[in-house]
Amino acid sequence: MESFWRILGEAVGLILAWDSDLIEIVGLSLRVTLSAVAISCLIGLPLGAMVGAFRFPGRTAVIVMLNSLMGLPPVVVGLIAYLMLSAAGPLGPLELLYTPAAMIIAQTILVTPIVAALSRQVVEDCYREYAEQFDSLGVGPFDRVAALLWDARYSLLTVALAGFGRAVAEVGAVIIVGGNINHVTRVMTTTIALETSKGNLELALALGVVLLAIAVAVNGAVMTLRASAVRMAYA
Amino acid sequence: MAGRILPSLAAIALMALGLIHPAAADRFIVVQSTTSTQNSGLYDHILPLFRERTGIEVRVVAVGTGQALRNAANGDGDVLLVHARSDEERFVSDGHGISRADVMYNDFVIVGPAKDPAGVAGMEDAVAALARIAEAEAPFVSRGDDSGTHKVELELWEEAGIDIAAASGSWYRETGSGMGAALNTAGGMGAYAMADRATWTSFANRNGQRILVEGDPRLFNQYGIVLVNPDKHPNVKAGLGRLFVDWVLSEEGQAAIAAYRVDGQQVFFPNAGG
Repeated sequence: MESFWRILGEAVGLILAWDSDLIEIVGLSLRVTLSAVAISCLIGLPLGAMVGAFRFPGRTAVIVMLNSLMGLPPVVVGLIAYLMLSAAGPLGPLELLYTPAAMIIAQTILVTPIVAALSRQVVEDCYREYAEQFDSLGVGPFDRVAALLWDARYSLLTVALAGFGRAVAEVGAVIIVGGNINHVTRVMTTTIALETSKGNLELALALGVVLLAIAVAVNGAVMTLRASAVRMAYA
Repeated sequence: MAGRILPSLAAIALMALGLIHPAAADRFIVVQSTTSTQNSGLYDHILPLFRERTGIEVRVVAVGTGQALRNAANGDGDVLLVHARSDEERFVSDGHGISRADVMYNDFVIVGPAKDPAGVAGMEDAVAALARIAEAEAPFVSRGDDSGTHKVELELWEEAGIDIAAASGSWYRETGSGMGAALNTAGGMGAYAMADRATWTSFANRNGQRILVEGDPRLFNQYGIVLVNPDKHPNVKAGLGRLFVDWVLSEEGQAAIAAYRVDGQQVFFPNAGG
């Protein structure tokens, strides 16, 4: 218990001291993860909405596939991304390996199935209420997807946050394609892994508390935005 | 306090937008290397000196020697700095590297719990010490990750005539992890482990473990440097990589390695050209 308070104190000290290395690491974590979540939403939301709203052959198989891919181990995603981006791989000429872009790609692979699978369920539930209305008004497929996504936006925000939580917390993928290079590809989770391997367990835990604080800040910011959007909608 | 936090938040926001690129340098190379050199802080000491001299940024990917060799064989790195001589030589003879040179050395040590259930404290003969650990069936944590340290450990077991494959899962525990993680595990289990001296000296979570066996010539740990072959991997920055290799092997680079201390102790001994 005593060491717990000491670690908590150290974490608060780290945040207050706010040294430039920590800022850089926190900034890169946010940049990588928020970019990956944004791209995942661009791909995953329409994909999930289409699977949720339309009936087509093989639909059940697609749903099973999307749901299963939610369980992709980050290390496997890292290996797949490494093999693609390696100089010996098909995307080698892009020279993206060991850059933040490679980390964004890996986390996008990780998060897109989560966004697609969860938004599929949300949109499908929503669609049951809307189907008759859409049919009677003769709404086209594109407008259906757009209307469903818009009306389910608050639930989909939680979907995006689930993706954010997965991406910001994973270490297996980014450490393989990023390489944990100091000042280049070092993020919160790889720093925690590094400090653990140096035996600096208290510093590692304190960094973990900082990571948690970032997650709280991001979730809090999203909730505040949501609340003010709701207020405006009903004002 | 707000005066300190607000600019920081602004900096984070700008970085998140990609407007500030931390340490953006066009002239950089990637070095595939081992965790021991990174965790001990050696690179934090010598790389700024190299950068000051040449303006070249060195990006270190610190993994086990086995993984470093495979990454470099894929062309994902310009220079290789590891510690498994025969593998480095095979890397060169396979055409992946141009030439190999000695950089520095230190030694491995066998660490274990202070109460020393196998009674190996003070032994110099590493092979005899391992045989005694096996006889006592005292827990031993192995890297088990194809790293340079793991390869040396396997050679010692073989020399001791002990079939560790049969003991794996009982007293012989392969963790498949880096040096620091293996030491964390050994400390938690009260187990013996073999570590390079640099990692051990800078390791913070010793958990009552101490050095029990050292000084055997078989525990010698040689680091070598290899320039990845640009004929085989056209993306390799051979020119910049050559500058780094030459600097590490130069009087200045060797002096920088020798000057590095952990807790006042020298942990790498330069021996280029030796």
